[in-house]
Amino acid sequence: MAASNGSSTSAQARLILLLLLAPAIVWLVGLIVLPHVDLAVLSLRERVAPRQYAPSFAQYRTFFEEPLYWHTFVRTATMSIVATAITLLLAFPIAWTIAKLVKGRTKSLLLVLCLIPFWVSETVRTLGWMILLRESGVLPALLVKLGITDTPVELLYRDATILVALVYTSMLFMVVPLISALESLDDSLIEAAYDLGGNGPSILWQIVIPHAAPGILAGCIVVFMLTLGNYLTPTLLGGKNSLWFTEQIYTQFITRFNWEQGAAFGFLLLGLSTAIVWAGLKITGQKFGEVMSKT
Amino acid sequence: MIASLPRPTWLRASTVVYCVAFFAFLFLPLVVVAVFAFNDAPYPAPPWRGFTLDWFFGSGAAGGGRVGLFADKPLLGSLWTSVVVAAWVTLLSVVVGTTNAFLIERSRFPGKQALSLLMLAPLVIPGVILGISILAFASRLAQFADDTWGLELDFLRPGLPLVVLGQFAYIVSIASLIITARLKRFDLTLEDAAYNLGATRAAVFMTITLPYLAPALIGAAAIAFLMSFENFNTTLMLVGSDAPLTVMMYGRMREGATPVLNAVSLFLMVASAALALTLMRKPADRPV
Repeated sequence: MAASNGSSTSAQARLILLLLLAPAIVWLVGLIVLPHVDLAVLSLRERVAPRQYAPSFAQYRTFFEEPLYWHTFVRTATMSIVATAITLLLAFPIAWTIAKLVKGRTKSLLLVLCLIPFWVSETVRTLGWMILLRESGVLPALLVKLGITDTPVELLYRDATILVALVYTSMLFMVVPLISALESLDDSLIEAAYDLGGNGPSILWQIVIPHAAPGILAGCIVVFMLTLGNYLTPTLLGGKNSLWFTEQIYTQFITRFNWEQGAAFGFLLLGLSTAIVWAGLKITGQKFGEVMSKT
Repeated sequence: MIASLPRPTWLRASTVVYCVAFFAFLFLPLVVVAVFAFNDAPYPAPPWRGFTLDWFFGSGAAGGGRVGLFADKPLLGSLWTSVVVAAWVTLLSVVVGTTNAFLIERSRFPGKQALSLLMLAPLVIPGVILGISILAFASRLAQFADDTWGLELDFLRPGLPLVVLGQFAYIVSIASLIITARLKRFDLTLEDAAYNLGATRAAVFMTITLPYLAPALIGAAAIAFLMSFENFNTTLMLVGSDAPLTVMMYGRMREGATPVLNAVSLFLMVASAALALTLMRKPADRPV
């Protein structure tokens, strides 16, 4: 509220500016910048004797020399990419239906129905999947009843299960940006293409997808990032075999108390998610601020 | 194809089928959680053994050894812990979010562009990493204070104060976005008119700017509360001996849960639905 009104003196304006700046600086420096700098320092040192540290790349070397660690890293990234792709494929028809096919009350009803599951916590949703899928759960019992399997099968602790639950957890963050991207597409463009002899697939490829590309990328960036950093779903539904990278970070930090190694892992994950977000923004020519405020 | 164009019957039919299947997928986990809260069995699993309210009102002794939600002291304690944490996070986020909104919309200073970009950074930091970085930094500070001045700074050790700080660190970004979006649409001539009529700065803020911002403040508070309540990743890294609800539920789910977890989940569903419905009556600025 500075320069715009004449009644304030410049000293007063400066005081107000300082008062507004203080909380933002304390937050960003104290809780974001300094902790991450500290984490970087932590990841680049090695314990040589009790309470004696020396600068070293040992932690990063361990990551590359120990196959378990980089296998888990690559696996986490690959599964996140697959989960993002499936989420996009499943979300697109729904977003299209909500944005283009239904109107009025049906439209707001469907939109609210999409939001409701995400008002409850991820813990609750994961509990639901566990009840559905575990050996004594609803789905295996149903399969036996229908005569498809003789005995109940364990559906937990499989990669496909983790993928289903990850897709489920990220659905909202794909549907919302897709709807806003598709709503901005002018219907008359599609009508014109249809009059000129276009059919469904050609209209989809030549008009709809190019127009919706920024929204698609925004959704993919957010979903990928959240999936990569997920801890709860892979750990509970994947059990000991989940091999998720956040789990390795947790193990190093909390179980083994090897903070130097955990910090290095944290930085590798942060580097990967930052690289993906950056690449996504570059490819679509989007601005970070605009994408984030849409989601 | 859009509504104004002819669509073949098979396409119409498959759209309907797909929508039904999609929403079944979305609601199936929630429905089973709710249904098995009433199952008369020690595990939340089929077969259905009849309807019971034990998992809500069972008191241990009377309920055949079953401890329902309202008698489960640790569970109720963690629920309360979550409420306290969420209240602090909400308060801090809305206050700092408001100052951030004025900073971004009304002030000019060198480096503003960089600062407003930095404010969005917490949204792309995975929660686990936000947690470990704050954990490591806080214990380094605590260690330093202990070594240098012999001070024991307990709030820097894992525990609820750190959980509040960790959740605040990224939730305030979202609160700032919501409040800034509303402040951006504010008509400055309203304030100028009030000044011309002789109002003081404080009076203008209280009678014009703040009431205009109120819907965004309420919306931001609701989102902050919900996100804090649901947070797991950051919380897990910073938690001490008092576990909030999500961490407590996680622990019990690993051990093999009784339907009391379903009962508390159903309770949460009803509570958040009630909160959401109240908010939707008054149109607030909600991003999601």
